[in-house]
Amino acid sequence: MKILVCITHVPDTTSKIQFTANNTKFDSTGVQFIIGPYDDYALARAVELRDQTGGTLTALNVGEAETEPTLRKALAIGADDAIRVNSFPKDSFFVAQQIAHFAKEGGYELILMGRESIDFNGGMVHGMVGELLGMPSFSPVMKLELEGTTVKMAREIEGGKEHLEAKLPLIAGCQEPIAEWKIPNMRGIMSARTKPLVVVEPVSQETQAEASSYQLPPAKGSVKLVDKDQVSELVRLLKNEAKVL
Amino acid sequence: MSIVVYVEQSAGKIKKTSLEAVSYGFALAAKTGEGEVIAVALGSLAADELAAIGEAGAAKVLHISDERLNAGVIQAHASAVAQAFESTGATTLILAKSSLGDAVAARLAIKLHAGLVSNVVELPRLEGGFVVKRSIYTGKAFADTTITTAKKILAIKKNAVDQKLDGAKAKVESFSATISESDFASKITATERATGEVLLPEADIVVSGGRGMKGPENWGMLVDLANTLGAATGCSKPVSDIGWRPHHEHVGQTGVKVAPTLYIAIGISGAIQHLAGVNSSKCIVVINKDPEAPFFKAADYGIVGDAFEIVPQLTAALKAAH
Repeated sequence: MKILVCITHVPDTTSKIQFTANNTKFDSTGVQFIIGPYDDYALARAVELRDQTGGTLTALNVGEAETEPTLRKALAIGADDAIRVNSFPKDSFFVAQQIAHFAKEGGYELILMGRESIDFNGGMVHGMVGELLGMPSFSPVMKLELEGTTVKMAREIEGGKEHLEAKLPLIAGCQEPIAEWKIPNMRGIMSARTKPLVVVEPVSQETQAEASSYQLPPAKGSVKLVDKDQVSELVRLLKNEAKVL
Repeated sequence: MSIVVYVEQSAGKIKKTSLEAVSYGFALAAKTGEGEVIAVALGSLAADELAAIGEAGAAKVLHISDERLNAGVIQAHASAVAQAFESTGATTLILAKSSLGDAVAARLAIKLHAGLVSNVVELPRLEGGFVVKRSIYTGKAFADTTITTAKKILAIKKNAVDQKLDGAKAKVESFSATISESDFASKITATERATGEVLLPEADIVVSGGRGMKGPENWGMLVDLANTLGAATGCSKPVSDIGWRPHHEHVGQTGVKVAPTLYIAIGISGAIQHLAGVNSSKCIVVINKDPEAPFFKAADYGIVGDAFEIVPQLTAALKAAH
């Protein structure tokens, strides 16, 4: 079976977020980039399923040259080859078109990715790719088992989960606890250097909703501490000052 | 031009977050000065439940009563909503961000060739294009996003507008959608849902516990506090990782992102990944015995002290204040 895993190249979760160029560009000074944490779950599950089925696993990223170390990390974790679509990921629709095109061209039967990127948090790309390819799409998927061409999944819903059954081919946006994150070992890191990484140009430039400028939230005032023997004072403040009760 | 709002139901009740989306649509119609709000509701729903959508601001409800839509079958919902939307001639579709809403919105964006923006936090600006403010970097920043397509879809974050409750009953019309069998090809085989509780992503007040609670056996006092406040319970990532609480209660960067009016954090140190899940809260209260806990820097109010003493006192004080 051919499996495709789509990964994002995003700032580490502990990064301080800042903007530059008059608030029109993300400031990457001193920021460490990682595989998106949700994509990392998708990748880990994809590696397990590739091993289970004896198929192949391709990692894909839509990004400029600086994302290649992130793709190499996916190869070190276990992907067999990689595709980089050479463009800044302008919006969800732009990215979905690229993935749909290369997924179709490669004849992938299972397409996994994170439930959302942790930079733009849209959580829309998997559904868009599904509709573009006429495949079912599910997210956020926290369990995914293959039994022949049947896929058994659990999807998180508000306050619980939903168990699903669908047929391949399909697309899933993944989250924990679908698999444990995998840490590349030395052999993986060595072999990643020589695994194929193909650079392709985007198939369409069309966008629908691009971000034009950024803002940081207003700075938080300092905390008002209440004495531990005056708990009823906290209730009074929440009622009369914050007006949240 | 009318504004269409896709409303979700849960066991025959319209979800509160969907009613907020209806009110968002109403406020947007008022801002553009034209049109009315048409809600699209799917599956078995009582007539008075449908008419009550009007109180949140809908003039009309298109009801697709096909009972196969009671369950949130993603592709079938997307097909049904697309047909209802096209029948109105509207160009703007609003929905509440949710597990089902997100999945349906993404498919609708392609079906309708509509520009889609998620995590919308306020009404769009209409001068110089259709500019929408959205939350990004898990609440650590905002982006102004210009939608350039004629049709637009906005997935609204909780608390983007206040829910309106003073509207009139809506006119209910039935709408019949043609949904192919293939849209029902994936089967929902079982649903596990916590019952009788306030759902975390929709809660106005959240009471959350961390490792400072020392063990799952101590959660009773947190639940008492939550019940007194009509709040949902949440927890930090370590707590759900060790299995003290279920995964769907994990609040944070890789868990549920909440936006309540009041967030009470008990025995949570405040790692940056946890803060990312709560930074859209209106008011944050932190109770922690460590005065150096980073969470105090993000809090509006705090008490330094032992949670096991303070939480029962707080519950008692809230009951007394009622």
